Amino acid sequence: MIVFYSFLIAFIVGGLICVIGQLIMDVGKLTPGHTLVILVVAGAILDGLGLYEPLVDFAGAGATVPITSFGNSLTHGALAEAEKHGWVGVLTGMFEVTSSGISAAIVFGFIAALIFKPKGKAN
Amino acid sequence: MDPQEYQQIEQQNTPPTPYLKNALKAFLVGGIICAIGQAITFLYIIFFDFTDKTAGNATVATMVFISMVLTGLGLYRKLGAFAGAGSAVPVTGFGNAVVSAAIEGKTEGLVLGVGGNMFKLAGSVILFGVGSAFFIALIKLILVSMGVVEW
Amino acid sequence: MVILFASKPSILACGAVAGPVESKSVFHSFFDAVAEDERWGQKTNEQGHSKMIQEACDIVMKKADLKNLDVDYFLSGDLVNQMTPTNFAARELAISFIGLFSACATSVSSVIIASLLTELGASQYAIAGAASQHNAIERQFRYPLDYGAQKPATAQWTVTAAGYALIGKHDPKLPSVVAATVGKVIDYGEVSPFHMGGAMAPAAYDTITSHLKKRHQKITDYDLIMTGDLGKIGLKILKAMFAQTDAEQKELEIFRDAGAEFYGEDQAFQAGASGAGCSASVFFSYIEQQLKTGRYKRVLLVATGALLSPMSFQQGESIPCTAHAIEITME
Repeated sequence: MIVFYSFLIAFIVGGLICVIGQLIMDVGKLTPGHTLVILVVAGAILDGLGLYEPLVDFAGAGATVPITSFGNSLTHGALAEAEKHGWVGVLTGMFEVTSSGISAAIVFGFIAALIFKPKGKAN
Repeated sequence: MDPQEYQQIEQQNTPPTPYLKNALKAFLVGGIICAIGQAITFLYIIFFDFTDKTAGNATVATMVFISMVLTGLGLYRKLGAFAGAGSAVPVTGFGNAVVSAAIEGKTEGLVLGVGGNMFKLAGSVILFGVGSAFFIALIKLILVSMGVVEW
Repeated sequence: MVILFASKPSILACGAVAGPVESKSVFHSFFDAVAEDERWGQKTNEQGHSKMIQEACDIVMKKADLKNLDVDYFLSGDLVNQMTPTNFAARELAISFIGLFSACATSVSSVIIASLLTELGASQYAIAGAASQHNAIERQFRYPLDYGAQKPATAQWTVTAAGYALIGKHDPKLPSVVAATVGKVIDYGEVSPFHMGGAMAPAAYDTITSHLKKRHQKITDYDLIMTGDLGKIGLKILKAMFAQTDAEQKELEIFRDAGAEFYGEDQAFQAGASGAGCSASVFFSYIEQQLKTGRYKRVLLVATGALLSPMSFQQGESIPCTAHAIEITME
């Protein structure tokens, strides 16, 4: 039952973050690029205010899967290292608690470029 | 005909953006992708002994892998056409942006084409993610050393 | 100013070639060839784009029983950076070459120049036209092909097609160019590259009204006024503009748009087709044949073009557009 509940919360929270993104694109008339940047920065700010980790505890993948979590994990790492090592930590910390998403995207992007051919064809 | 008059005619004859429909599609697809992510997180915790925190990282990497396969097979673009933000906002959308740009750059070679173009779409996310993390940590550091807040 | 061609240069032959997706076009049976490989056997999309142009021109020359040496001018353009596919095709064709960029209006601007050269007596045979290849253009102007972008209902699909016409001395048994209007650049502030129809309609309106006025003609003097790629929504907007200035229903029915009709009612293509090859392939196959069979006696072909670039979009500029018109009659 708890399992079902956590799926539901992940679904709802993740879905809502996506709706916010959709509204930024449709109402704000911004490109996907702009929208993702806004969401990443929002994730960073929320972690700065100490609000994103509680969201992760509450919603699980509903908070870790959307792009906002990139901002969160980068900021989290920077804050953790800044606490330990001061000024230098601000820079080194970011990739300690790395955005595994970014590393994965780079590695898999490279592999994909080796394997796949660009496609055309209709929608 | 002056521009104002034209804009009126243009608006009258242009179908309006289906705000509600788009939001619903984004909600459904985004929600499902996150639910799948939740399932993957559980798999990592139960079968691979990850903790709550580390399972998050592994989940994100796995989702990017999945988006690589779907992108390469030409399936993610169909999802994106339907779901809009529902497929662009999850980390799979980030993977799709990087992978699609990488695949396309192949005709200009691995170095200039793939390497030089891979971050065409996703680069700004990395830039602003890193940039905002830096400034926020810096601000907090300053506030802590001034004694305004605690870590 | 309207250009009047006293010698009435004729369209001696046409060649239209399209890609595999275009086999879904309502016009596909009028094309000379529909390829199965969107790259024409080449390694890159741009090279395939170039090969397609060559193939269309070869078809034109074959129909007119001419060799490359016999042709005086090759006039063409496309939408890729620096018109790379056209330049490389021109290298292979080895015909004196003038590259032209009017975006999707190049099909007509090239025929205007070819007709002028013919009228001057400077050219006996000139091949004019334009082409577009979906992948090469999408990649440059919008997103990588495999990227999951959501497009609104006003978006149009760039065709993979090429259309070329051989312009030469007057032949009373063939369609002839009698007049032309070179368009101005019109910008009513549309900023979205996903709403080209809305951006280009004012340019089409300006060119058409200018041509009619300078020729002292009415809409009903024509059997057909066909725009290049305003798409379903752009055509609606154009008709609404004419309705605003008191055009009647029967007059509005004379208007058609190649892009709006290209893929029929298939929703996958949203507002319809666009691309330099859209107007070119339809004008220089379907329309040429309708003229030859006598279904149409006087037509105004108005190719529309959006003169934006990926950079102008990023710099926040709106989309300036143009439309060029040629008046063609069949005796």
